[in-house]
Amino acid sequence: MRITLHVWRQPNATAPGKMVKYEVPNVNPEMSFLEMLDVLNEDLIAKGEDPVAFDHDCREGICGMCGAMVNGVAHGPLPATTLCQLHMRHFKDGDTLYVEPWRARAFPVIKDLVVDRSPFDRIIAAGGYISASTGSAPDGNTLLVSKDSSDRAMDAAACIGCGACVAMCPNASAALFTGAKISHLGLLPQGQPERDTRAKAMVAQANAEMFGSCTNIGECEAVCPKEIKLDVIARMNRDFIRSSLAGR
Amino acid sequence: MELNSKSPDGPIETRWERHRFHLKLVNPANKRKYTIIMVGSGLAGGSAAATLGELGYNVKCFCFQDSPRRAHSIAAQGGINAAKNYHNDGDSIYRLFYDTVKGGDFRARESNVYRLADISVDIIDQCVAQGVPFAREYSGYLDNRSFGGAQVSRTFYARGQTGQQLLLGAYQALERQVGNGTVTMYPRTEMLDLIVIDGRARGIVTRNLVTGKIESHMADAVVLGTGGYGNVFYLSTNAKGSNATAIWRAHKRGALFANPCFTQIHPTCIPVSGEYQSKLTLMSESLRNDGRVWVPKQKGDKRDPAKIPEDERDYFLERKYPSFGNLVPRDVASRNAKMVCDEGRGVGETGLAVYLDFRDAIKRLGESTIKERYGNLFDMYERITGENPYRTPMRIYPAIHYTMGGLWVDYNLMSTIPGMYVIGEANFSDHGANRLGASALMQGLADGYFVLPNTIGDYLASEKFEKVDASHPAAREAEAKVNESVRRLLSAKGTRTVDSYHRELGKIMWEHCGMARNANGLKTALQQIPELREQFWRDVKVLGTGEELNQSLEKAGRVADFFELAELMCLDALERNESCGGHFREEYQTPDGEAARDDEHYAYVAAWEFAGAGKPPVLHKEPLTFEYVHPSQRSYK
Repeated sequence: MRITLHVWRQPNATAPGKMVKYEVPNVNPEMSFLEMLDVLNEDLIAKGEDPVAFDHDCREGICGMCGAMVNGVAHGPLPATTLCQLHMRHFKDGDTLYVEPWRARAFPVIKDLVVDRSPFDRIIAAGGYISASTGSAPDGNTLLVSKDSSDRAMDAAACIGCGACVAMCPNASAALFTGAKISHLGLLPQGQPERDTRAKAMVAQANAEMFGSCTNIGECEAVCPKEIKLDVIARMNRDFIRSSLAGR
Repeated sequence: MELNSKSPDGPIETRWERHRFHLKLVNPANKRKYTIIMVGSGLAGGSAAATLGELGYNVKCFCFQDSPRRAHSIAAQGGINAAKNYHNDGDSIYRLFYDTVKGGDFRARESNVYRLADISVDIIDQCVAQGVPFAREYSGYLDNRSFGGAQVSRTFYARGQTGQQLLLGAYQALERQVGNGTVTMYPRTEMLDLIVIDGRARGIVTRNLVTGKIESHMADAVVLGTGGYGNVFYLSTNAKGSNATAIWRAHKRGALFANPCFTQIHPTCIPVSGEYQSKLTLMSESLRNDGRVWVPKQKGDKRDPAKIPEDERDYFLERKYPSFGNLVPRDVASRNAKMVCDEGRGVGETGLAVYLDFRDAIKRLGESTIKERYGNLFDMYERITGENPYRTPMRIYPAIHYTMGGLWVDYNLMSTIPGMYVIGEANFSDHGANRLGASALMQGLADGYFVLPNTIGDYLASEKFEKVDASHPAAREAEAKVNESVRRLLSAKGTRTVDSYHRELGKIMWEHCGMARNANGLKTALQQIPELREQFWRDVKVLGTGEELNQSLEKAGRVADFFELAELMCLDALERNESCGGHFREEYQTPDGEAARDDEHYAYVAAWEFAGAGKPPVLHKEPLTFEYVHPSQRSYK
């Protein structure tokens, strides 16, 4: 397969960037998208050109480190699939692909396709946890959790923090990410004591990081590689309003 | 050098409790005066950093990824063992201890393993309290499944994402401490050397991967939780970034490296599809419950598997191991797959794969039952290979996925450098020569939540620490050394990329120090590796500078360390003239082809000391004694 790539190249956070065209003539349909970038990089190094920087680690769709816009869609065209699990057989010989980093004010570009997602860590640090210091826990079975709650909590907990939701949202909102953690913990009995303060603190932090507001467009749900549902945003809004009305 | 394991004696059930009582304590008000460096943020490192922060220590935590939540613990699928006996099926702490010592083929320390089994029950409680969404029964109680050959149901799980959920639990606890100001996180920062002052670990030299800045961080103790070294083989199930640099550079500063040749190979991975292959993906072992493993009887038979009639198929595991069949343990299944491929009967484009066929199971149970059991795995397989395993047999091949070896530690998890602790996969301690399924998560969290936070206080309370800062000559020397190695890598300006060297090293290791080893092969490898390493330093091509985000430079440093570690692995494998667990020496097998252990001569931990560049490493031995679980032969026929 022959693929034509237009890749966003930006040497560092402050330098201007631009799209650069590359031909990759030797693409095997069995390659993953990232393996195609590996091959491109090997060719670039051989020619003495700076390879394309991109984030990646586990390459099995669970660490959440990889991600780029492919023809305007976060993680590319295949539903429920991270970039590392997207294989080239889903493209055609001769295709032209535009590859760009996540675009959001809160995620500044570090280099090429690498962006700074540290705002996500700060949202979690603001309240995305249950305060259970090591050693204080009672026996696991003293607390019953209905299978339904547990399953729904797990659905929300599947978030890998890749940032595709933010990148795809026209408002660059982090509502799906924040809502997923609020839902995961808020659906469990262990999460009840801190439910109000958690929602309030996490939403406030997301706003402080300059993520946009949610206007229920649903692009986030459409590109989420873990199929997190929009319900988590409704739950976040409900918990946030509840905490505000509680007047604490 | 005398290796003192500090392993307590007396009744094994109370060893940890008695040992803990005798450990010195740090006054709560004094804890914040101590700084502890934590390198790595996976299950071991993340849980340790969080717990040390909760206790009040001043913690600095480093990871090379952009967030601590990315650590490779996240990829563990199956589950975590705990001897809760919730199913009343005869499980107990003693049974988990027994299974682990035996599963490790009698090459682990009994005291450590008992403590691990003992703590396993507390881990589940802790994780439930944190909100880890473990699978539940309809009654609301915690669900379990059986796993990896155990005869009891003791594996707790969160769908096929147990590692992810446990890591997120530790990560959230860690971020809570970041919010509280007890832990400072340094993401995208890589440890490149250890600073040793007056014989004690007092800091690390790091490189900021974004700016390239090389600097020293000082502390009263240093903890490494940096994972395993499976990527020495280039292709493994490890994440691309997983590396041995932190433990290797600590080794060169005086930490002994134990049992480096003990690596584990997982039989059910998706095979290599071409030269560009960057990593291998593991499929849960549970598939072998219903799938049948076979290859064509005929060499080089390239027909569509559906067109190969029944009598021309060789179900080699069922044929050779009639009683265990497709369910033989990991090492046996892996070795046999390699054997049939070596005979030229492998399948697929590369000939390096065997079939795992569900045709008969689908016929017997129906497609819907198979879908219910393995649906997510079948989907994953299809996503990667583009083939539908309901219609055509899966192709699988073994791959490296865990390393039992690691830095030597005593019962307190302290290395041979005072003040430097090693936890999780990075140490050698609990799994002997072979790790059981669902035990890696257990060990990482046991070390991080419960063992290290207790033992590190004893060291801090027993020692006096004069104030040191980055201007100390030892820090300056370590920084200069790091700068020099960066400069050398950038100035070689050779002809070949880092990856091309890494791939070549991986091939040597896989060929000679992989699933089956022999003295000739190991000697060949010991000749090839130094040659290739010299060529690497002369001829590697790393573009760009050290003062920017430079992923080729990061890789180059890691591969340079893999070269040296690879040599030690081969040396250790050559020295161990027996077969045990994941270490199979072809010269040492029983007449029916099983591993032949030699307890009389090799019941020890091989701990290697770095003797200086270009000098042969020195072997130290920690003898292993078995007071409770008596060595016996494993058999599966």
